[in-house]
Amino acid sequence: MTETLPVTAGVLDERRLLDAYRTMRTIRMFEERVHEEFATGEIPGFVHLYAGEEASATGVCAHLDERDAISSTHRGHGHCIAKGVDVKAMMAEIYGRATGSCHGKGGSMHIADLSKGMLGANGIVGGGPPLICGAALAAKLQNTGGVGVAFFGDGASNQGTTLEAMNLASVWNVPVVFVAENNGYAEATASSWSVAADSIADRAPAFGMPGVTVDGFDFFAVYEAAGEAVERARAGGGPTLIEVEFTRYFGHFEGDQQTYRTDEVARARAERDCLRSFRARVMDSGLLSAERLDEVDREVALLIDRAVAEAKEAPKPTAADLETDVYISY
Amino acid sequence: MSVITYRQALRETLRAEMHRDEDVFLIGEEIGIFEGSYKITEGLLKEFGERRVRDTPIAEEGFVGTAIGAAMLGLRPVVELMTINFSLLAIDQIVNHAAKIYGMFGGQTSVPMVIRTPGGGGQQLGATHSQNIELFYSFVPGLKVLAPSTPGDAASMLRAAIRDDDPVLFLENLGLYNSKGEVPDDGDQVAEIGRAAVTREGSDITLIGYSRMAVVAQQVAEKLAEDDISVEVVDLRSLRPLDRETIVESVRKTGSAVIAEDDWLTYGIGAEIAATIQEGAFDFLDAPVRRVAMAEVPLPYAKPLETAALPSVDSVITAVKETLNAVGRRVG
Repeated sequence: MTETLPVTAGVLDERRLLDAYRTMRTIRMFEERVHEEFATGEIPGFVHLYAGEEASATGVCAHLDERDAISSTHRGHGHCIAKGVDVKAMMAEIYGRATGSCHGKGGSMHIADLSKGMLGANGIVGGGPPLICGAALAAKLQNTGGVGVAFFGDGASNQGTTLEAMNLASVWNVPVVFVAENNGYAEATASSWSVAADSIADRAPAFGMPGVTVDGFDFFAVYEAAGEAVERARAGGGPTLIEVEFTRYFGHFEGDQQTYRTDEVARARAERDCLRSFRARVMDSGLLSAERLDEVDREVALLIDRAVAEAKEAPKPTAADLETDVYISY
Repeated sequence: MSVITYRQALRETLRAEMHRDEDVFLIGEEIGIFEGSYKITEGLLKEFGERRVRDTPIAEEGFVGTAIGAAMLGLRPVVELMTINFSLLAIDQIVNHAAKIYGMFGGQTSVPMVIRTPGGGGQQLGATHSQNIELFYSFVPGLKVLAPSTPGDAASMLRAAIRDDDPVLFLENLGLYNSKGEVPDDGDQVAEIGRAAVTREGSDITLIGYSRMAVVAQQVAEKLAEDDISVEVVDLRSLRPLDRETIVESVRKTGSAVIAEDDWLTYGIGAEIAATIQEGAFDFLDAPVRRVAMAEVPLPYAKPLETAALPSVDSVITAVKETLNAVGRRVG
């Protein structure tokens, strides 16, 4: 797989490689820590973890800047981190604290940061793609040069909203990249059963856009496909569908007994893990040293420790906050 | 003042708001080349171009969601849903997204979007094209629901809706598009959202309606005046926010109330109004509050059946007279 490295190595200088690694490591440590903390009973609600899928959000968002917007899913922590949402505010949101990204009113499934172009994790499967068509339309009408990226899962790839949004994006030629994150299961339903096509990417021509399937464990593969798609969208060349394939490391939600799958997670962790393969490749090619990468690991670990500690100490919203922010005026 | 139709009032207001604010644009099925199924957007594509008058595929949830996304990023989309019946195809984006994004994200961004859509039966369009389901949206915190009954209100309330920073469902009515009324020529009246209007003062009974039934209520009041019955008419105009004060104040004065509504009776808008009256004017009531609503059936196609199902001037008059008889005022 290392043969793709030289293609992108010229674009990804040392700083950007470190950034990408830091983002993936931050997502991984964030999710593993949430997994541990959830088990203590201190984190309420539904929590869906992105561990295993880091290369997707990171490889795509590496091409985005402040002009660009993304929509996300119920499994949205990785997208938030990759788009630059403050990790401490995210953790506080998950703990339901007043200092959270949404002041404790959103929770894990609804973390948003409009100042970062992050239009929200989304509790509705398939809710995001239409929103991102609108964001892309706004970018087009306001001539910002911005693009929109809709992250959605294999489950959402069967929702009418996603298909409507793909058609609309092509009909209007708005700058959107559709990223179908196929982790094999919509909750417990296998995508090999629920998607009536050989792949999700195969649906792209039906909506007048190119489609490609990439190895979602391979940061460089995602980065390259996304680079081409984002560039095309930004240049007015229309939308693209990228299907990213991988395995999620945890259950659909925390507490999921995962009776629907066997040893695939252990195999993926051992043989295909995106962080492990990223490290091997940048070290083998002499671009980054183990020491630099380990230093990032330590910094990220510290950040996550602080995020959890601060979240636990942070004030909870009070009943006085109940009716704020329902309307601008009423 | 000019006398123009409800349809013209909507069109001229859209035009004026698009000239006033570059961020206002239109999205909907058949609104551009076809100029709208009910011709509200006639001439607007020619005037403003396809950047701002955007025809869509038939994909209600997709294009309503698109409007929401654009509104989140600072534009002011005005969506036309061909009829409120088709809003059911977009209800997730309306209820789970437009209504919640401001609060759920902790006040980060509002959704300054308007969904214009007509409801109403009486045109023999059958069960799927004749509903009055504004209640679904009036139920949801985060949404505003406006329902003008006159051309003047259509203009001033649409202007208010477009300028408002919250998502607004703007209910029109198939039976009102050709109705005529006075609209100020200077064209800059902005209604206060959430205000009902006492459109006719009276002393014997309060008759409450909105949209088409506010017009019917006026006709009822005029007719009963011939029998020396003084009916006070309250046009709700806004279903959310609901102007409880105006309703309660009127009933405190007259001592009895009839609600006329085009939606179904059970759990309908009238049920909320009746609850409002008993909470705010219980001691002033001389008779039970009556509701006149559509028959609890999928609206049939054949004219005699459709007519039998819809509330009318006659059915409202009957309810008003029965209520006045109940308080001891024999009105025949």
